[in-house]
Amino acid sequence: MSKVITMIIKRLGLGVLTLLLLSLLIFLSVEALPGDLAETILGQQATPENVAAIRKELGLDLPAYTRYINWLGGILQGDFGNSLALKKPISGLIAPRLQNTLFLTLYTACIAVPLALILGMIASLFRNSFFDRISNTTALSAISMPEFFVGYVMIYFFALSGYFPSMANINPNTPFVEKLYFCFLPAVTLTLVVTAHMMRMTRAAIINVLALPYIEMANLKGVKPRRIIVHHALPNAVAPIVNVVALNLAYLVTGVVIVEIVFVFPGLGQLMVDGVKFRDVPVVQATALIFATAYVGLNLLADIISTITNPRLMRQR
Amino acid sequence: MKPAKSSSTKANTKTKNTAKNTAKADAKSDDILLQMRNIHIKGKSDETWIDIINGVDLDLHRGEVLGLIGESGAGKSTLGLAAMGFCRDGCKITEGNISFDGMDLMQLDKNALRELRGRRIAYVAQSAAASFNPSHKLLDQFCEAPLIHNVMSKNKASEYAVDLYNRMNLPFPDVFGLRYPHEVSGGQLQRAMTAMALSCRPDLIIFDEPTTALDVTTQIEVLAAIKDIVKEFNTAAIYISHDLAVVAQMADRIKVLLKGDEVEQAPTEVMLKKPTEDYTKSLWAVREYARKEQPAVKDQTPIISIKGVTAGYHASVDVLRDVSFDIHKRRTVAVVGESGSGKSTTARVVTGLLPPRIGTVEYQGDALPSSYQARSREQLRHIQMIYQMADTALNPKLRIRDLISRPARMYLGLTGKALEDRVRDLLRMIEMEPDQFIDRLPSELSGGQKQRIGIARAIAAEPTMIICDEVTSALDQLVAEGILKLLDRLQSELDLSYMFITHDLATVRAIADEVVVMKDGLVVEQGIKSKMFKPPHHPYTELLLGSVPEMDPKWLDKLLDSRGKDNLGDAAIAKMKGEGIS
Repeated sequence: MSKVITMIIKRLGLGVLTLLLLSLLIFLSVEALPGDLAETILGQQATPENVAAIRKELGLDLPAYTRYINWLGGILQGDFGNSLALKKPISGLIAPRLQNTLFLTLYTACIAVPLALILGMIASLFRNSFFDRISNTTALSAISMPEFFVGYVMIYFFALSGYFPSMANINPNTPFVEKLYFCFLPAVTLTLVVTAHMMRMTRAAIINVLALPYIEMANLKGVKPRRIIVHHALPNAVAPIVNVVALNLAYLVTGVVIVEIVFVFPGLGQLMVDGVKFRDVPVVQATALIFATAYVGLNLLADIISTITNPRLMRQR
Repeated sequence: MKPAKSSSTKANTKTKNTAKNTAKADAKSDDILLQMRNIHIKGKSDETWIDIINGVDLDLHRGEVLGLIGESGAGKSTLGLAAMGFCRDGCKITEGNISFDGMDLMQLDKNALRELRGRRIAYVAQSAAASFNPSHKLLDQFCEAPLIHNVMSKNKASEYAVDLYNRMNLPFPDVFGLRYPHEVSGGQLQRAMTAMALSCRPDLIIFDEPTTALDVTTQIEVLAAIKDIVKEFNTAAIYISHDLAVVAQMADRIKVLLKGDEVEQAPTEVMLKKPTEDYTKSLWAVREYARKEQPAVKDQTPIISIKGVTAGYHASVDVLRDVSFDIHKRRTVAVVGESGSGKSTTARVVTGLLPPRIGTVEYQGDALPSSYQARSREQLRHIQMIYQMADTALNPKLRIRDLISRPARMYLGLTGKALEDRVRDLLRMIEMEPDQFIDRLPSELSGGQKQRIGIARAIAAEPTMIICDEVTSALDQLVAEGILKLLDRLQSELDLSYMFITHDLATVRAIADEVVVMKDGLVVEQGIKSKMFKPPHHPYTELLLGSVPEMDPKWLDKLLDSRGKDNLGDAAIAKMKGEGIS
């Protein structure tokens, strides 16, 4: 048990280190962008004096490492700096949008993860059957279509007929149930995008386990196929499945930009795209860092879950 | 080969139509539990169906134990599983009748078969470590069958488990089941699996090589437990094994299979004393192969001298402690011990793969650098190795020519025609026709042939010493005997010395001049073979020797009488440790 705690602490430490490196990478890559921020802001009025004044005001005259340390120090205290375009603190901009994105992610996960697991289990139970083929083909077709296309198809079929709204323009005051209603189409679109990967991994992981001697043993004990899948195979297939689920959840947090735009959803992705459009460097940096944190955090969680569900690691001799 | 079979098949076809109707009555009247008639099983291999079992008959009475003997590929497991109406993926029963307690298993549907499995017919697999689900506790796995078959409540089943664990001499039976499979030893796990098979008090248990993966001292405790419990519950059993001596202890009757055909069957005593078929006789004869021990060498610099070696994989744990022994020219030193005793680690130290913490390895009187990286090519050439798993030791992508020519080129600088001739010579030396084999891939060879290629590769370097690491333990007895004879011949032709690592004392008897017994990283006893097999022994050697099953069917009973049930395997070793001998 104590070994597991040590392991978790080690992984956490590694996660923090990864994030630190990522923050450096984000900072440097933004730094490497061509053009000068001050000149962009001033546009036509970019006289040398004005540029120098703006640079001083934004702290751009300081050496890069000082700015990096200042930036990092601010983040640790919850201060992401100010948006250049909107002249407002970024934390205030991010908070409601992060909340929205997390809501949509969770909403999608609640539909997609159980769906993928159940479909994967059924497919492995009846492998090579008609159902297996149909679900595989459908899932693959869904993942192969671009998200915006799926999104517009959804709007065409479900929004134009008036069942669901085509715009998911929610705000913090929208009641929960209404939020679910408004976000239904984006959530379904995202579900179609992420389910295939998780489902196929569930199926493959279980089928891998099904070839092992203890499954034959279960068969010879007279255990029913359904129980073999759920009770004997699934617990031993957790590690690969959890990792794929984490990867897809991370994708939901970070990769939903297109879907957000299709459904006019006020999420983090949109904020980042706007940031890039307006050269709002601090916003881009802040959102990139949040995405990175989501990725690292979810993968860390997957590691921990696959460890604690494995008795061989939990109870070492 | 089997006149008896054809006549019974004829008789069977006559009665086939009526068999279904009368099976029930017959079974009751002469107490037959299982009746298999004219069983044909085919398996799919590369899109073609090949025969695995060709028309075998099998009868089993209540409370009777039938031994199924044969080499790998004989179809023992397939036949055993067919007795449960079960076929592995890619196999199918194409013909035949299986009647269990009056029920025709071929006619039952999936659900009815499932009802039988685990409840009335149970299975004990070869590797308990692989056949227990690693995610569930032993007790939960024990209770599963009684619960799904509605035989007992969870509480009743748990109580019964403790009772069986107790009878099986498992440690702390009350809490034993609360452990996960990885938390108990191999021998305990195999007993736990036997207990699990008994959980619904079945009428028939199929034991599929239940002790093959175990050390001899552990094997005994499992055999004793199985024998006891089968007798006590009057359970019928099919005991599958390739080891005659083991089957002799367990079975009332023995059936010999070869490539899916029955060779012969007879009561155990008869079968052991006078087997009628040549094949059976050859199986028996293997155990008698033993070459003459060569006279001891005195006052000669040993080829290899291991001096006071202490080594381990982690700084804190020494796997070897102060190991010393010599290997002389043209002699075979067998290093014997159970798994974890440090045999293979010793080999790694000699080859330089694992530099020792203390001590040295000398080659003809000169200390070798401890790491292979610091050894000269000439030093490396003199010590070659043959591995247990020829499958994994040969690069599957290389042809035989390349596999063998590489060391000849690297160590001896041979090229072109000279190299080709050398490879052909080597193939002839290992009794494989060069034209037939030189362009083949390892996957196109049998297990024994692969091991021969491993030998050719080792002698291609013209070494003075070869380390043989369990080279015959993955092979069938007849094939293994061929390999041992080949090694023996090469030794006298090429003046080789062997360090022969094995856990099998029969192999030691067959090939060794000297024996080194290892336990927990220590050499507990060493000497020439003739002395080692005669008392007085070190207690551990005695335990080891005494644990090797003999062909006498009474051997196990006698041993149990003399040693007592509580003085076997792990328990005996633990006791020895308690008395300070180790």
